[in-house]
Order: sequence, then C-alpha cells, then structure tokens
Amino acid sequence: MKYSYFPGCTLKNKASSLDRYARECAPLLGFELCELPEWQCCGGVYPLGRDETATKLSSVRTLAAARSEGRDLVTLCSACHHVIKRVNDDMKNVEEIRTSANNYLSLDEPYLGETNVLHYLEVLRDVVGFDNVKKQVKNPLTGKKIGAYYGCLLLRPSGVMAFDDPEDPTILEDFIRAIGAEPVIYPYRNECCGGYVSLKDRELSRGMADKVEASASGFGAEMLITACPLCLYNLKKSKAALPVYYFTELLAEALGVAKDS
Amino acid sequence: MQRIGVFVCHCGSNIAATVDVKRVVECARLEPGVVFAEDYQYMCSEAGQTKIADAIKREGLTGVVVCSCSPRMHEATFRKCAEGAGLNPYMLEIANIREQCSWIHKDMETATEKAVVLMRAAVAKVNLNVPLKSGESRVTKRALVIGGGIAGIQTALDIAEAGYEVDIVEKTPSIGGRMAQLDKTFPTLDCSACILTPKMVEAAAHEKIRIFTYSEVEKVTGFVGDFTVDIRKKARSVDIDKCTGCGVCQEKCPSKTAKSEFNRGLSKRSAIYTPFAQAVPNVPVIDREHCIKFKTGKCGVCSKVCPAGAIDYEMRDEIITEKYGAIVAATGFDMISLDKYDEYAYKKSPDVITSLELERIMNAAGPTGGHLERLSDGKPPKNIVFIQCVGSRCADKRGKSYCSKICCMYTAKHAMLIRDKYPDTNVTVFYIDVRTPGKNFDEFYRRAVEEYHVNYIKGQVGKVLPQPDGTLLVQGADIIDGRQVLINADMVVLAAAIEPDPTARKLATMLTASIDTNGFLTEAHPKLRPVESPTAGIFLSGVCQGPKDIPETVSQAGAAAVKVIGLLSKDKLLTNPCTAKADELMCNGCSACANVCPYGAISYEDREVRGIGVREVRRVAVVNGALCQGCGACTVACPSGAMDLFGFSNRQITAEVDAICR
Repeated sequence: MKYSYFPGCTLKNKASSLDRYARECAPLLGFELCELPEWQCCGGVYPLGRDETATKLSSVRTLAAARSEGRDLVTLCSACHHVIKRVNDDMKNVEEIRTSANNYLSLDEPYLGETNVLHYLEVLRDVVGFDNVKKQVKNPLTGKKIGAYYGCLLLRPSGVMAFDDPEDPTILEDFIRAIGAEPVIYPYRNECCGGYVSLKDRELSRGMADKVEASASGFGAEMLITACPLCLYNLKKSKAALPVYYFTELLAEALGVAKDS
Repeated sequence: MQRIGVFVCHCGSNIAATVDVKRVVECARLEPGVVFAEDYQYMCSEAGQTKIADAIKREGLTGVVVCSCSPRMHEATFRKCAEGAGLNPYMLEIANIREQCSWIHKDMETATEKAVVLMRAAVAKVNLNVPLKSGESRVTKRALVIGGGIAGIQTALDIAEAGYEVDIVEKTPSIGGRMAQLDKTFPTLDCSACILTPKMVEAAAHEKIRIFTYSEVEKVTGFVGDFTVDIRKKARSVDIDKCTGCGVCQEKCPSKTAKSEFNRGLSKRSAIYTPFAQAVPNVPVIDREHCIKFKTGKCGVCSKVCPAGAIDYEMRDEIITEKYGAIVAATGFDMISLDKYDEYAYKKSPDVITSLELERIMNAAGPTGGHLERLSDGKPPKNIVFIQCVGSRCADKRGKSYCSKICCMYTAKHAMLIRDKYPDTNVTVFYIDVRTPGKNFDEFYRRAVEEYHVNYIKGQVGKVLPQPDGTLLVQGADIIDGRQVLINADMVVLAAAIEPDPTARKLATMLTASIDTNGFLTEAHPKLRPVESPTAGIFLSGVCQGPKDIPETVSQAGAAAVKVIGLLSKDKLLTNPCTAKADELMCNGCSACANVCPYGAISYEDREVRGIGVREVRRVAVVNGALCQGCGACTVACPSGAMDLFGFSNRQITAEVDAICR
C-alpha cells in the first residue's frame, strides 16, 4: 500500500525523529510513504475567518497533488493534519470557499475535496490494525507506564476531524498497548499544552504544560508520547521534566528499527 | 349552479394590514357562482357570524367561502354557524388568507393577489361541493391509561371518581413511576412517598380501576369511542391472586446480583423482587434473566419457601383484548444517557452521579440508607458541585435543545437539604440561568442562596478532572467575574436532561398520535388544546407531552381526565363524513390503497360490478367508513383513479388547482 505523504516544515528540522521513524517503520507494517514532490507549508494555522481563502491555498495544492497521484494523503504533525483535514472538509462542503479557492488556483480540474486525508495513527488503527502492529513488535516495551498526550488539534472539532471521541479518546492508548507498554489514563491528556501562547507568554503556557505533566505523573506515568511537535516543545519546557517522545520513536524502538532512543 | 357567498375577514389588522380585503371582495363578485360578497372586521365574532347566517337566508346561498384564518382555527365555528342558518355544514369552505398569506408576506400588492387566488380556489371547490352527512358511532364507556406514574394515577383516579371504568397499564412491576423514586418534593420539601403512596393505594382499591402492572400495550385498533387494545401481561411467575406479599421469597432468593432499577443501579436486588417496599401491587415478579431456576433449571428456593404456593415457573405471557372509548398516554420520562458527556467523568468516577442517583442516595430506603456518602469510599463528601443543564439547552447534537424545566428547582432542593443536614459541607451550583417560574418557586431558590448560603456560580463547567488522590477537580467558568474557576470537589452531581420514555415513540405509532422532533407527544393546539392529541380520542398526561414538574403534571392529569369524562359521557359520536370510497367500475383490486392505509380501513370483496358493457364479479376495494380518517393517502396511491374522498374529491382538488393556475 502506497500513500502520498506530507511531512510539513517542522518534521524537516526540529521534529526530524517524528518523520524519520515513521518512514522507517512503515515498510515493516506493510505500507510506504511517498513524499509529495515540492510540497509547501500546510498553512500553519487553520484560519477561522470564513472569507479567508489565501491562507488555505497551500493546503489545497497539497490535497490536489495527492489527488493527481491517486493516493490517500498521510500526515504526521498534528497541526498539519488539522489544517489539511479542515481545509479538505471546506473544499468538500463549503460552496463559497470551494469556489473562491478554485478561482484563485485555476487548476486543470477544480479540486472538490476528493482526497482522503489520514493521520499516521489512523493508518495504524484502521488499515494495519493494532493487532498486526503487535505481531511485528520485536522489543515490547513491557512494564513501561506511558501517558498518551493528545492535545487539541487531532481531536477537535470532532465532527470534521473524526479522529476519535474528543472527551474519551482511545487510539493512543491502544497504540501503547500494541507496543507492549501500559497506558496511563489521566484527565489532562486532551487539554491544551499552551500552544502558540508560549511565544507570547511563556509563563502562562508553562503553567498549562505543568498541569498536564503533574496530572500524568500523579497517575503514575513515567513518560509521555505525542504526535505534535508544538506539544512536545511546550511539555519539554515544563518543570516536571517527564521524558516526552514522539509516538514514532517508541514505535521504532518496539519494532527494532531504532536502537538509540 | 351554486349560489355562493364570500365573506372576507380583516382579522383586525392581521389580514387587512397586508391584504386589500376590499379588492378581494370585488374580485369575488366576478367569480362564477358567487352571488354575494362582503368583508368585515372580525368574521368569527358574534356580529360576523350573524352576517353570514343572515346572508345565507336572505340570498338563498347554497355554498359559502370564508376568507380568514386557518381552518384548524375556525372551520368548525363557521360550519356550525352555517348549519344554524339551514345550510349543510360541508357546503362551507375556508380560504386561509392569514397563516398562508398575510402573516408571511410583507408586500400588499402581491399578498392581495395571492389572497384573491386562494379565494378563487375555494370558490371553485364549493362549486363542486355536495352536502355530506355525518354518521354515528357508539362510545365504549371505559378509558385506558398507559403509564402508572403520578400522571397516570391521577388521571385514572379522576376518571374513576366521575363513575367511569379505567384500566391502568404499567410496564414495570409496580405503579408509582419516577415520583416513587424521589426523596423530597419542591417547594414544600414534603416526602414524596408520603404523598404518593396513598394515591397508589387508592387507585388499587378503587372499584372502577383495574391495574395491569408488568404489562404493555401491544396493539391498538379502532377509533375514538371504540378502540380495541391488545395488552400483553408479561409472565410474572407469581400468581397475583395467591401471593400475600410476605416477602420471604425475596429474602431467601440466592441470586442477588441484578442491579436494582429502582435504585438506578446503585444497589443489588434479588432475582425475585418487588421494586420497592410500598409497591402496588405488593406482589413480586421473577426476573428470568437473573433467576437461577430459569438459567440452570436447578434452585426453586422461592417455590419451596412460599407459604401461599404462589410461585408459578410455568406462567406464560398472556394477551388480553379490551375495548375502550378513550386512551390516555402517560408514559413519562427518563434521564438522558450521559455516554456522550465524557468531559464530566461520569463513567470514569463513581463520585460523579446524576441528580436522580442523588435522590436515591438521600432516601432512607436507598442504597446508603439515606446517608450522604461517596460511592467510591463511603466517606461523607465535604465539597459538592452541582452542574446544571447537562444536555439541556444544548446547542450541539449531543443533547436536547429544550429546557428540562425541573432541574433548577430540584438542584436548589438538593443543595438546601444537604446544607441543612450536613452544615459543614460546601455546596456550589454552576448554572446558565436559574429558572423558577412557579408558585413559591423563586422564594425557594432564594432561600437556598440567602439562608443556606449555597454558592451559585453563573457559568458552565468545561471539565471534571479526577485527581490521583480521588478528588474531582471541577474546571468551570464564572462568566460574571470573567474568570476560570477551579474547585476541588469530592462529589459532582449532574442535572441530566430529561427525555420522553423510549416507549412513547412506539406507542405514538400504535396510536397514530404525532410526536415532535424530541419524541414528546404533540398536543392538538399548544395553547387551546394542550391535553388532547390531534388524533381523536387520544389524550396526554404528564411529561410524555413535555417537561413538567409534579404540580403541573397533576394539573394536566386532571385536565386530561376531564376531557376523557366529557367524551365518555356521550352515548354516540358523530363520525367524519369526509371518508374515502372506491368506484367499483374503475377499481381493479390491486391492493395499492390497502397497502398505504394507516388505519386498516380498506378490505376487499368480490362484488358483482355492473356498468355500460360490463357485468362481472370481481375483487374491489371496500372502505370501512368508521375506520377511515379521511387522510387521502389511498386516493393518491390508486393507479386507476378509482379511490375518491368525500369533501376532497379528485374533481374538487383539480378544480382548485385550475383556479389557482388560471
């Protein structure tokens, strides 16, 4: 199975391990990530203005490129996934945005939301299946107590993202079980990490990340995993200093492709 | 040719401000068959009706068109007036130029044009009207009440007191309903059981009332005055005539793993059980899913210990068929499932409970013997947070758009009772608005705030976060202070929205009664006919019609009873003559009409058909005029145009369309 793959800017520098291990693990699980040629920024933030079209165009280009390759599009970074998935929904369902974006882009064929956008975790859950992930595990992370940190971008708005139950998600916990470790459920796993507030008010965002980590360690977590580079950045700045990893790093360790993590 | 009079109503300014009524009158005078036309300020007033009656006599009118409000509003009024003046009432038609014209348009020119067109259509129809005569049907002088909560009990008692027979059908093993589960009632704080159980006993002892508990309505046929109802009496496994209610069987029953429905699953009960101590009838049922005898064939303890020999493992469901003149739906409510509200941690923490669960915890016969304690560790809570509007007034699809109406008051009640009995407990209530419209209601709420110092915070709770130490961190908003509030609670109580009991939907289909988008049974008119269903002979009592508290339920129950008594006091009812009839010459017996008839009014007979060049015996449709409600579904379904409806014939409807398109 081949997927078009959109890594996004952060995965090319700061979050390179999120990207690298995802690609290395894919063939062991029976699929392949084919990076889109000449991809551009996802847009960074989903624009809430209904009349804001320009900042959605780069996502539309990505989506249209995947369509021309005839494959589903896989993403990894929570922010990229969020923006691309929501723009795709707009292109499918919001007449005004669809019209103005297509007028701007003048593609050979108007883009109407045809591409199916999947997060890497959704591929593991819905295509590979966590049972099959488990079968491929060589070094189970037995005994490790891991807190899943979802953040907000993957889950909400739940109607559009359709990723998991926004208040009681299970996908990362199921992933943790698949790699042989024990998930720790704590109430702050879907609360905000502080997001971009850390650029403006570091203390405020640090307070939010502190709460997440305090809650996770209070319930016995030894480490946190996430799919989001910004969450990882904020969590690492908090005072509790729990180790925080990308989920792909632990996947790689369990599958035996990485020995240094 | 008809001699038609047209009467155009101003309805004050309701019609006249948007429709040029004078022009409608002028145009009416030009219509074929119209010999007289006039307008008047209020046609429905006595003076207006006199104008119509006088004109009928003076002008020798054979047909009348009234251009006014919806026929749902005043068709009956005007037809009665016409009948009084010697005209067949079915020779009068309404052109609705208010709801369907003046109220929905702004421009006078186009609204007038439309009013003229609607008038023309009605005139075209009256030109083809023929006098119709109502038949008569008998009234069975017995009522059926479906649901044995306070609504059903009160309706039944009121009907029985007037001297008519009433049957109550209740699906659970005892009557009593939700009110039996409550501890205290607002705003007087009297004990719920103390005021309910005497009524339960009275109903059971009343010579005019029969109670079928552990029973469900299976099938309803017939029509107002003459319903035939199949009732399934579920196998109780205990002979109701032999059982003395001693309770030994329940004590000795070795299977005690079933969750008590009455205690909302907070305690266990035996497999043979009465739901609560004051149950009526005080006769247990065997829950066959949990009974060891039914599961494995071995046990039989209850049968061995029963001194009356009342246990009957062989008992089967029994279906009885009864006749009724009127049916009252009193199916009540339940709380919504909180599955979609994971942010409040209801599933994750045993110390997050619903208000009805708190009601059981506060009750002396409840799972904790009336002691307020946390279900996780049995400790008394020191900080309790109440969250109102959980699923009520909800903008998204998870909850209900409506206000559940009772939660503000019972939350104030809970808060006050807790502060009174456990003064060192802090109580906080998060609310959107506090709604207390009722006699002595606002005073009650103010007492909670002013005398009992309950901390009311205007704002909603975003999340309840269970902490590692077992407490619950409540994260909410105080929208008056504009700040986030964090409260470390050890118990959280959710005022979950109420919704119609799930049986209401099925029942509505059986009764051909309409329900709204929220599943509540619809009343015939929201203001003027609040306890009647639009389906004749079906009446509504209690929360099945919409959220309401006990005082309001009891009032409505009485009102429904009065309507039933009014119906049962008649010996005969006039039937609607606007029923369907098949033209035997055109009917080919294809069954298309019977397949769409919602009332089962169409059957087939082999008849000798005689026409020009035709004389043969063939299968044709026959409509039972007593069952037909005149909905017209068959006339549309009939592929050969054989089915026609009196008062709404195919020719009349075509003439109306022609007049509109002219």
